[in-house]
Amino acid sequence: MATDLETRPGIDDSGVQLEAATLREMYWQMLRARRTDERAWVLHRQGKIAFHISGIGHEAIQVGAAFALRPGYDYALPYYRDLAFNLAWGYTPHDFMLALFGREGEPTSGARQMPSHWGTRSLNIISQSSPVATQVPQAAGVALAIKLRGEDRVAYTSLGEGSTSQGDFYEGMNWAGVHKLPLICVVENNIYAISVPVHLQMAVPNVADRAPMFGVEGVIVDGNDVLACYRVVKEAAERARSGGGATLIEAKTYRPTPHSSDDDDRTYRPREEVEQWKKRDPLARFQAYLLEAGILDEQAIADYEARAREEIDRAQAAAEAAPFPPPEAALGDVFAPVDETLRAEE
Amino acid sequence: MLSEKHNEKEAEGAVRELTYAEALREAMRQAMEKDDSIFLIGEDIGVYGGAFGVTAGLVDEFGPERVRDTPISEAAIAGSCIGAALTGMRPIGEIQFMDFITLSMEQLVLQAAKLRFMFGGKAKVPFVLRTPGGSGTGAAAQHSETLENWFVHVPGLKVVMPSNAYDAKGLLLSAIYDDNPVIFVEHKLLYKTKAHVPEEMYQIPLSQSHVAREGRDLTVVATSVMVQRALQAAEQLSEEGIEIEVVDPRTLSPLDDRPIIESVIKTGKALVVHEAPTTGGYGGEIVARIAASEAFDYLDAPIRRLAGLDIPIPYNRTLEYHTVPQVENIVEEARKLVRGEY
Repeated sequence: MATDLETRPGIDDSGVQLEAATLREMYWQMLRARRTDERAWVLHRQGKIAFHISGIGHEAIQVGAAFALRPGYDYALPYYRDLAFNLAWGYTPHDFMLALFGREGEPTSGARQMPSHWGTRSLNIISQSSPVATQVPQAAGVALAIKLRGEDRVAYTSLGEGSTSQGDFYEGMNWAGVHKLPLICVVENNIYAISVPVHLQMAVPNVADRAPMFGVEGVIVDGNDVLACYRVVKEAAERARSGGGATLIEAKTYRPTPHSSDDDDRTYRPREEVEQWKKRDPLARFQAYLLEAGILDEQAIADYEARAREEIDRAQAAAEAAPFPPPEAALGDVFAPVDETLRAEE
Repeated sequence: MLSEKHNEKEAEGAVRELTYAEALREAMRQAMEKDDSIFLIGEDIGVYGGAFGVTAGLVDEFGPERVRDTPISEAAIAGSCIGAALTGMRPIGEIQFMDFITLSMEQLVLQAAKLRFMFGGKAKVPFVLRTPGGSGTGAAAQHSETLENWFVHVPGLKVVMPSNAYDAKGLLLSAIYDDNPVIFVEHKLLYKTKAHVPEEMYQIPLSQSHVAREGRDLTVVATSVMVQRALQAAEQLSEEGIEIEVVDPRTLSPLDDRPIIESVIKTGKALVVHEAPTTGGYGGEIVARIAASEAFDYLDAPIRRLAGLDIPIPYNRTLEYHTVPQVENIVEEARKLVRGEY
């Protein structure tokens, strides 16, 4: 599968039967995430926001996964690069802008947490920690609870390949294997842990090669092909819901941007490599496929672009107009209040 | 070896200034040049130069074997420091943010700190684990932790917190040549601050508290970036005729408490300032040392603590600012103490 990336950047739609309207919706979600992400970079360069961590280039696996699951019914424990996943799951550019600007009313944490750490209670999205891979054992716990309650939900979690060097990854996946949990773990392998290339992170060629040691299914997919990603996540979800246990999916992709707004990737990788990967851009590939299939035309693309710009402009304006939280807003929510209803009966 | 003077001429010329980050880098470079057993391991410390640029350029000088980029594995960074140190090396590990040291706690608390004791004194574990702590960069609760007191509570670990570039170099060299595991807590906001740093390989002994400023009216015991804020507060207070004495423990454990006690005997009042949350923070230890000493008889006000609020560090910069002590808070608290308002 990895070698496919070296050849024609097509779309593998085998076994995928989706309505044209759904395919257009997938395209819209990828485009909307891309434009939102690009706006965040602009805002950072303008000095308007303190921090951005980008998901550009990762939209195919993220949107493919969100469409293969049941947003708000299944549980999601995404990682910081998953803007497109979150937007496709129900989070909005307005929510994201409030987070970027750290303003009052920011829905995930009231502007206490850094942007891109997510967490939307109403959508079953669980907040991520900054230290990486902590979500994997948590996702195993979510999946265990699903199994104990006899539900047909799935716990979905994602991380970068760099995070698979953490012990938490192994412990969580081992649990998932031992207890045959309804867990889908997607590793978005973009071949860099900030500056450290993948060959200095692991001595096996693929993250998914580790699946047998957990006793779970391992799958490698072209992470820049949204339909191939959709298919493997869909299959993993069916396996999980039918009692077949967990799946470790490795989506081979690339991060054309720096790790975050705090680093300069020119110090650790050649420009030619970045340019080469830009040719495999997941959004451009899907757009070409849809144009060729007659599902999109130039006018429709222009309409989507205008719609994205209008939504993002509105979200940015609203966030910029929102006030800072008052200093005392930092004091709440350290402890949950005592719930009188939980008192033991006399 | 370390008392060699490389730069006798220095006194003649202009005072040489380095940033805190440069001072740390120079300490590592000089130590590595002299001793092949010293090497660096950590995340992104090679071509990238470390998240805060402290190790910038060292990989070019010493190569990727001695400036080793690691996978994202804090437990493995700490564990391999221990293993290498047990066999005669002197590793310097870097934990990219102090928050991430939580992922290496078992190795540090149960292994590094106890190995010598459990080996009946027949082993030593000489390594330094450098890590930047502190808030003020808009990085929220999981990139801004100030966790030094967790390690102070573990016998067998030394805990060092330099407050300026001069101390950073001298303390790091002492930490490198110490035969014990040293948790070396740097501060993100101090990396770009400058001070006079001699080129020679000077050492500042561990466990030697330092009077950073003399004064008669109040003893302020501060750590890390709070030493700088206390010194700024001292300038403001001096204009009002209040002279505070600032004591910087520099090594938090084992603590040299004599300069603190002697200072309080002189001033009769004490304020402890640190960034970590108040409850369970290092200030409690300082207060207890003062209260249990002969300085108790000289106190004419309650000993006060000014520290972080008991909340996680928030992202929004206004919330973040108000979470930890700032210069104006120190000024106000010092005034109240000196004026007898407590």
